Amino acid sequence: MASKKIHAIYTDDDLLLQAVKQTREANYHISEVFTPFPVHGLDHAVGLAPTRIAITSFIYGLIGLSVAVLMMNYMMIQDWPQNIGGKPSFTYYQNMPAFIPIMFELTVFFAAHLMVVTFYMRSKIWPFKKAENPDVRTTDDHFLVEIDVENHDVEKLTKFLYDTGASEISLIENEQDH
Amino acid sequence: MYTLPRNLKLFSIVLIVLGLAGIIFGFLTTPKTIDDVKEIMAEQEGHHGEEHAVVTHGEENTANFVDEARGQEGYSDAAMEHATDLKPEGHGVASHEEHVLHQLQTRPWSATFVAAFFFMMIALGALVFYAIQYASSAGWSPVLYRIIEGITSYLLPGSVIVFLIVVFAGTHFYPWQNHELVADDKILQGKAGYLNFPFFLIRAVIYILGWNLYRYFSRKNSLAQAEANNYEPHRKNFKASVFFLIFFLLTEATMSWDWFMSMTPHWYSTLFAWYIFASMFVSAITVIALVTIHLKNMGLVPFVSDKHLHDLAKFMFAFSIFWTYLWFGQFMLIWYANIPEEVTYFIIRIQEYKVLFFGMLILNFVMPILVLMNSDYKRIPWFVVIAAVFILVGHYIDIFLLVMPSTVGHNWSFGIPEIAAFLFFMGLFIFIVGTGLGKVSLRPKNDPYIKESENYHF
Repeated sequence: MASKKIHAIYTDDDLLLQAVKQTREANYHISEVFTPFPVHGLDHAVGLAPTRIAITSFIYGLIGLSVAVLMMNYMMIQDWPQNIGGKPSFTYYQNMPAFIPIMFELTVFFAAHLMVVTFYMRSKIWPFKKAENPDVRTTDDHFLVEIDVENHDVEKLTKFLYDTGASEISLIENEQDH
Repeated sequence: MYTLPRNLKLFSIVLIVLGLAGIIFGFLTTPKTIDDVKEIMAEQEGHHGEEHAVVTHGEENTANFVDEARGQEGYSDAAMEHATDLKPEGHGVASHEEHVLHQLQTRPWSATFVAAFFFMMIALGALVFYAIQYASSAGWSPVLYRIIEGITSYLLPGSVIVFLIVVFAGTHFYPWQNHELVADDKILQGKAGYLNFPFFLIRAVIYILGWNLYRYFSRKNSLAQAEANNYEPHRKNFKASVFFLIFFLLTEATMSWDWFMSMTPHWYSTLFAWYIFASMFVSAITVIALVTIHLKNMGLVPFVSDKHLHDLAKFMFAFSIFWTYLWFGQFMLIWYANIPEEVTYFIIRIQEYKVLFFGMLILNFVMPILVLMNSDYKRIPWFVVIAAVFILVGHYIDIFLLVMPSTVGHNWSFGIPEIAAFLFFMGLFIFIVGTGLGKVSLRPKNDPYIKESENYHF
């Protein structure tokens, strides 16, 4: 997709937050913001939808709990119900206190690990992944806002960004996928 | 300024009067002699036949106990027999009727104690929460200081009542206070260095003095800070809070051994004190949240935002889980090892109080988890109120199960004495906390963290 983008670099996170708000108010479309550290309130200012990763984690936890219950019910109660130290292995609930540590741990295990994997997949992070960094300084002390030019006037847009306090503004043309 | 609304005031007074009448009724209607007991038992058997015969005949009941799982008699039989022998009347010539008489006479005492302690521990837990906020220099909570102080104003009357009950209950609660029993019992003789009445009394005095002194001085300093032009009162409060927390940690442990664990003096558990603390702390935070919601609804605390409510709800959620963790830690270790000396405690609770014992887990664990898990729900007042009702009912049952099985055993029921005691102390609590809240402005001025707290968000 041949498209023009403008990269505006800021040197301060307060300035960045303000600039992002002004840019959104002026109805320019921000396609990406690169920061060296989490800027509190940035997701809200850019207008990102809240994450649903906590909900996925809850569901994974329930799956983990079910796995634990089904596994132990099959092994300890159904398949080979031995008398081990006099523990009542007749039904699951009678012997449940002994199973709870495992039920708890597997719930946490599934909730945590599957959530992390979900996070990696949704964020497209994996080993040997090519870094998508438009400017190396954004990992150190600079903040970069990427704005779609679309059919806006480049001159006017540049002037606008300059007024928001951008220290460097560059036009990126025909950028292919990263 | 807050004034207790007229109808709430009237409501609390009605509760106090009704409750007091019920408590007195409970004490007056206990059987006085063995003949009364025989009459009651004959009546019960006449009315209900087989069904109740089991309940009233405690000895048969224990004899019938078999390890249902294995269908054979196990350790637990001996243990149960042993446990009934713990009662002063279980020995020698004493008859079964005498045993039942003792338990029936104990019932109004226990009913009053359960409710008295339940409301006292809310005030005490709130005081601990308050001390923790000071000691940790919390930035979010100073807006709640006046509200918490209002709740802790119940501590003085509440702890005095609890003190009087445990001191005058005598052998109703504490078998080790029966000299004849101790004379026959090697184990109790071994514990007599700690479990003797003068020392018991001294300890109880130290507890309530220490707690109430901290409450008095922290409140005084907190009010002085509003007038002061330096931070000296706050510094004093910081120091006082640190020492109070150390003092509380020690006295809370011995308090729970004294007042609860020594009801079954042959039984002991290491994490018992923390378990009672967890119950105390989560109920207190729940009541702080409820009172905050009440004041917010009246428009009196505009500086308390839904972020503060969110934090309180997080505490309710987290400490519900903490309580469950300790409950399970205690239960599972004892269930797993199944040592006769220890397991009696749970056998009587599971056999005679099954619904309450396991129902309390649903109220104290499952419901708060489901209701308060979602982050958005923690900011919706009526969601928090629903969770609060579950938690408070659950922890009332928790205290009920600490006391009743140890004192009245299988002769328990939930009737006029229990309900009346609960109503009486609830009325007293509402009345005193309402008056306590109304004494000063609800906005703490001049606190070093108050500005941060008012602008608190995350």
